[in-house]
Amino acid sequence: MLTIQYFASVRETLGKSSEQINLPDDVSTVAELTEHLATRGDAWQLLLNSSLVLIAVNQSVADRSTRLLGSEEVAFFPPMTGG
Amino acid sequence: MQPQTRINVQTEDFDLAAEYDSARQHSANPGAIVCFSGLVRDIAHGVGQMPEQQTLTLEHYPGMTEQALFRIAEQTLARWPLQFIRVIHRVGTLGPTDQIVLVITTSAHRLAAFEAAEFIMDYLKTSAPFWKKQIAGNHSEWVASRESDYRAAERWSKSGEA
Repeated sequence: MLTIQYFASVRETLGKSSEQINLPDDVSTVAELTEHLATRGDAWQLLLNSSLVLIAVNQSVADRSTRLLGSEEVAFFPPMTGG
Repeated sequence: MQPQTRINVQTEDFDLAAEYDSARQHSANPGAIVCFSGLVRDIAHGVGQMPEQQTLTLEHYPGMTEQALFRIAEQTLARWPLQFIRVIHRVGTLGPTDQIVLVITTSAHRLAAFEAAEFIMDYLKTSAPFWKKQIAGNHSEWVASRESDYRAAERWSKSGEA
């Protein structure tokens, strides 16, 4: 199972903080995962925007070409604003 | 004594004097201790809103946050001869003038301690997963990331070795 987490404005826009899904057959990268999730509806198109949504895989910042095997923790969030 | 790194992400406030004393005790031979604390600015001040109505809520990514902060500390130790690093970052709901973040660096000499503290803050702002939301009255808004913060972090990779 893939664990997906959503934080801050991304969580609020999607109305979801986390979920677990089986890796779909046609998904082997983060980019393909975002395309898969974007089919859920207009709000989910947000995930395709790489300047508004950053990605972590297994709690490290990752780019969209990162490969997924199906047991990762993937997180989507806006650019960080701590400090 | 190996340089130590202590990192906490917490809702509780911190005591600067106690942290300073602790940093001093954890350093073998400190010639310089730099303490930076970041506070919540009073954004409502001067725009006609009561300051007490304004709060800031900090969300983070538990697990990744601590890892990201330790990674920043490792990079810092690889670059400057430090004796101790202390980072505390608060999460949850904070009010104007509350303390948000603490960075303490100790070293034999001041330049290393100053630069290292600045480096930690610059990287923390752009690569540790914290998000701020401002709430004033019944209006709330996620704080936008700032280009100037990214430039501040980038200058460390452009300026070469310290």
